[in-house]
Amino acid sequence: MSIIAENIKYIYSEGTPFKTLALDSINLTIKQGEFVGIIGHTGSGKSTLIQLFNGLEIPTEGKVTVDSRVVGEDKKKLKLIRQTVGLVFQYPEYQLFEETVAKDVAFGPMNLGLSQEEVDFRVKEALELVGFNYNKIKDASPFDLSGGQKRRVAIAGVLAMKPNYLILDEPTAGLDPAGRNEIFKQIKTLHKKSNVTVILVSHSMEDIAKLVDRVIVLSKGKIHMEGTPKEIYSQAEELEKIGLGIPQIASIVKELRKCGFNIKPDILTVEEAKIEILKEVKRRNV
Amino acid sequence: MFKNLTIGQHYPVESPVHDLDPRLKIMMTIIFIVSIFFIKNFTGFLIVIGFLTLSISLSKVPVKFVIRGLRPILLIIIITFLINLLMTPGRTIFKIGFINVTEEGLKQAGFMAVRLTLLIMGTSLLTLTTSPIILTDGIESLLSPFKRFGLPAHELAMMMTIALRFIPTLMEETEKIMKAQKSRGADFESGNIVSRAKNLVPLLVPLFISAFRRADELAMAMEARCYRGGDQRTRMRQMEIKNIDYIAAFVFLVYLTAIILFRIW
Repeated sequence: MSIIAENIKYIYSEGTPFKTLALDSINLTIKQGEFVGIIGHTGSGKSTLIQLFNGLEIPTEGKVTVDSRVVGEDKKKLKLIRQTVGLVFQYPEYQLFEETVAKDVAFGPMNLGLSQEEVDFRVKEALELVGFNYNKIKDASPFDLSGGQKRRVAIAGVLAMKPNYLILDEPTAGLDPAGRNEIFKQIKTLHKKSNVTVILVSHSMEDIAKLVDRVIVLSKGKIHMEGTPKEIYSQAEELEKIGLGIPQIASIVKELRKCGFNIKPDILTVEEAKIEILKEVKRRNV
Repeated sequence: MFKNLTIGQHYPVESPVHDLDPRLKIMMTIIFIVSIFFIKNFTGFLIVIGFLTLSISLSKVPVKFVIRGLRPILLIIIITFLINLLMTPGRTIFKIGFINVTEEGLKQAGFMAVRLTLLIMGTSLLTLTTSPIILTDGIESLLSPFKRFGLPAHELAMMMTIALRFIPTLMEETEKIMKAQKSRGADFESGNIVSRAKNLVPLLVPLFISAFRRADELAMAMEARCYRGGDQRTRMRQMEIKNIDYIAAFVFLVYLTAIILFRIW
């Protein structure tokens, strides 16, 4: 059970002067239950890549397989693939359209042709998963909610389809720190609780470093690096070369090491850094 | 789905035709349209085809793109062809049941089809070689003499510029929302007309909301920069008549003379 991309090439507007090569020789496997981060700056091909995963786009060359089913081979199976691979777009609150929150979240499951009972159950479950009190929120108009709340409703709309793979494209773009932490906390709990595979797309190093097991770095439509967050962020120069930074704390550690502090090079969180720096300070005092 | 929309789609290359003054291009296009109606027989179309071939090859726009502009009105061309073919009285060539094809009908139908085709190809060359913004600048300038009679030329042009500016944005937005709803299992491609129309609701509601939001934001941004239309506004792109415009005007006059002479003769 996994998403496999083999030799993917994707060309936009072929045969016009706007022709661009968005993805080139991508080989990738994402296993069931993984928590993967995809990073890359604007135009690196992240968004195109995730759209290939749920059949919104079909690769120009190569193939994508989701749970041993080739995407795009059978047009009628696309709905099934989109149910298996749930995709939450950037600014998903712009897709809300129903009169009430409950109706909007029900849109996905309804399209799957489930029974009313099952739909109601899933709507309740999904809204609670993103931290809402179902009875309080269900009859509210989605347009009366705050930005962060709208976004959580939109995410619930995808969760209600019970995907095996959940792809989130910049889920915290434009949110304040509190809203951001809220979303990340819920994604983390969701991953732990339900064994859903999560693919998190972002250009923010900080977010990805803390959450994911594996990072895929995209640059100019190619996979530039791949590995655990620690492996990736220990190569700060390489990341800076392709226009990405490293988490603030990692660069502080790097600078400290340059000044002769003997601390571990692969620190990603403030907590870890605190412990290591205190250790070093103690060592020096002795 | 939105990739094959040519009318109003600018093809950005550098060419003498692209460089022409928009006012001149607009006027030439209007006269070109009139000139096509001057022609009474097939041989006359040769002059038009010759002129069009010259313009297209100078413009460096692939012929494929110019022809693609015909697609939206293909149905109209076909209907015109059929009506003329079947409704023109004259010498019968063949007859099946109530279908009666005459020699005159065939001629007339072919004539109309060619006329329409040339008409659209000529006009889409204008939009292919002129960016929408420059085009509206040209229209504003051509309309400004009518300001005297109370025509709000600048405001009209500004409205057009904004509308044109937002076509690609809204199309992009449509595609985005469509993809988002497709990800939630929405189906825009199958079913009968009624269910298809119903299925558009999840697309149209967010689209309208975002269009209103954008309009609001744009108005605010314009006000913040003290926009007030009309008099005393200077422009970044000054339009001026260059040598190339004189040459183009001359070539066009030759074409026009040829058409008129052919008609009289």
